[in-house]
Amino acid sequence: MRYQVLVRLKTGVLDVQGKAIETGLKDKKFEAFRNIRVGRVIELEVEGLDKEKAKAQVDEVCKLLLANPVIEQYEIREVA
Amino acid sequence: MRVAVVVFPGTNCDHDVLHVFGGLLKAEAFPVWHRDTDLQNADLVVLPGGFSYGDYLRTGALAKLSPVMQSVKDFAAQGGRVLGICNGFQILCESGLLPGVLLENVGRRFLSQFVSIKVEPSNNFFTSGIPAAKVITCPIAHFQGNYYADPATLSDMEKNGQVVFRYSDASGRVAADDHSINVNGSCNAIAGICNKAGNVVGLMPHPERAAESLVGYVGGASGLEPFKVAVGA
Repeated sequence: MRYQVLVRLKTGVLDVQGKAIETGLKDKKFEAFRNIRVGRVIELEVEGLDKEKAKAQVDEVCKLLLANPVIEQYEIREVA
Repeated sequence: MRVAVVVFPGTNCDHDVLHVFGGLLKAEAFPVWHRDTDLQNADLVVLPGGFSYGDYLRTGALAKLSPVMQSVKDFAAQGGRVLGICNGFQILCESGLLPGVLLENVGRRFLSQFVSIKVEPSNNFFTSGIPAAKVITCPIAHFQGNYYADPATLSDMEKNGQVVFRYSDASGRVAADDHSINVNGSCNAIAGICNKAGNVVGLMPHPERAAESLVGYVGGASGLEPFKVAVGA
């Protein structure tokens, strides 16, 4: 089974990378873009666990390591 | 006084800290490798600065999983004194031993410069006894030093006296919105904090790099002062 974890900064948390991208685009006259937010995609392959256990463990490692709940939210997607 | 200085792969301020505690303050200071779990009867554990695990994922995120960190957590839970400087502070936040997190600097630059930090009224093993409002001048060197906690957590911390240092000007004036003083944009200009019990302290600046005149201690209060408090000297 393969999973994708999408980690995003929570709304309201300063995203300096997003700000830098916005500035760079503005310099190239792309002036329509606002509120650019940068996230992270983490792909995991899970072996030897049934689907329910696999999903539960992915969730567990999101909480333990992959996302910091103080500033980030995450979403787990199963991919084919 | 036994001082354990934890070394992760990528730590680079361990020798500065060993020098301050062992060389200048004559404590028994020794390194502990992050794969070890024995803190060797330490009275104080220091997580020094650096770039543990190359800052992969988030600063301090991978270091919190190192075997030594369970021992550090147990030690702190029993009231043991733990100090985190710079990357060490980031590790303490990631570990949940201190509230909040360090975001990227508001100006999107790595900041390497001297700053003034004001001692706040707070009951902890690192600054108790230093008069509140005293200003210490010492370097910072970080890209992720912008302290963030949600408003409820911040107000709790302020109420409990958990703010240990704030960025200020040389006279001790604090202005959180002025990024020439609060250079990384930290919430409430916070430069250092402690837990409720005062036995876990973290800060972004490097007072250990301003503990001697040889390396730039230029008057005002020396960076050595809080380390003296920590060892009871």
